[in-house]
Amino acid sequence: MERIPILKMGDFLLVTIQVDLYDQLAENLESDLINTINKHSSKGVLIDISAVSIIDSFMGRILGNIAVMSKIMDAQTVVVGMQPAVAITLVELGLSLNGVISALNVEKGMDLLRAKMYNGDKEEQVYDDDEQ
Amino acid sequence: MTTTNNKEELLIIKEQDVVPLRNRVKDYGVKLGMSILNQTKLITATSELVRNLLKYGGGGKVIIESVSNGRDNGVRVTFIDKGPGIKDIALAMQDGYSTGKSLGLGLPGTKRLVNEFDIQTELGSGTTVTIIKWKNG
Repeated sequence: MERIPILKMGDFLLVTIQVDLYDQLAENLESDLINTINKHSSKGVLIDISAVSIIDSFMGRILGNIAVMSKIMDAQTVVVGMQPAVAITLVELGLSLNGVISALNVEKGMDLLRAKMYNGDKEEQVYDDDEQ
Repeated sequence: MTTTNNKEELLIIKEQDVVPLRNRVKDYGVKLGMSILNQTKLITATSELVRNLLKYGGGGKVIIESVSNGRDNGVRVTFIDKGPGIKDIALAMQDGYSTGKSLGLGLPGTKRLVNEFDIQTELGSGTTVTIIKWKNG
């Protein structure tokens, strides 16, 4: 069975999706990720989708599920690198990915995860730090 | 009038057939010089419809064609299944309606992504969905 690798980096998990997803592969990723969060008590998940050229309603729903499930497991999920054409198509399709936090690239995504982890809910403080 | 320049047929019986199909459809778009955005919309629409074909129609066949209407070139994809058919098309075309466990975005969402959308269904004998994405549409 084909699987998408999940890398552990300290308190975070890193997933880089390099292949085009089909339904079973996306479902496997969802369950693998939740199990891995549990195993390593991970605090954050970064999913890089910069190589993904298509996200339809099913895969969009899986991304949303992952964000909600990991939140319940006390981990934050950030999706990074969505291609512009994919973003436009998703919204026209009617999927707004509510609840999914995103960042433009891996670097910004990592910053976001760290900020969320070390500052908790004090988002204002994060904002102040950026200003300096 | 729409004329067909190039045509091929693919059998879709399992989920793993979906990725090669999406790639073939993309190849047709690339060959016409379709923009990345229109390609993405076309492949996403294909992905939605082929899921219906597998999930509700029990698999079937997909015809990909390179078509022209004199003013523009485009890709036409036809999804043919011999499944149970759709009872109420008007309801199935509503946003948020689903008999399965999905979000119900499939048919109405797909219609928004393409330029032409046609659905023919007969209870007990199957469903045929035809979409066209024009290169400049």
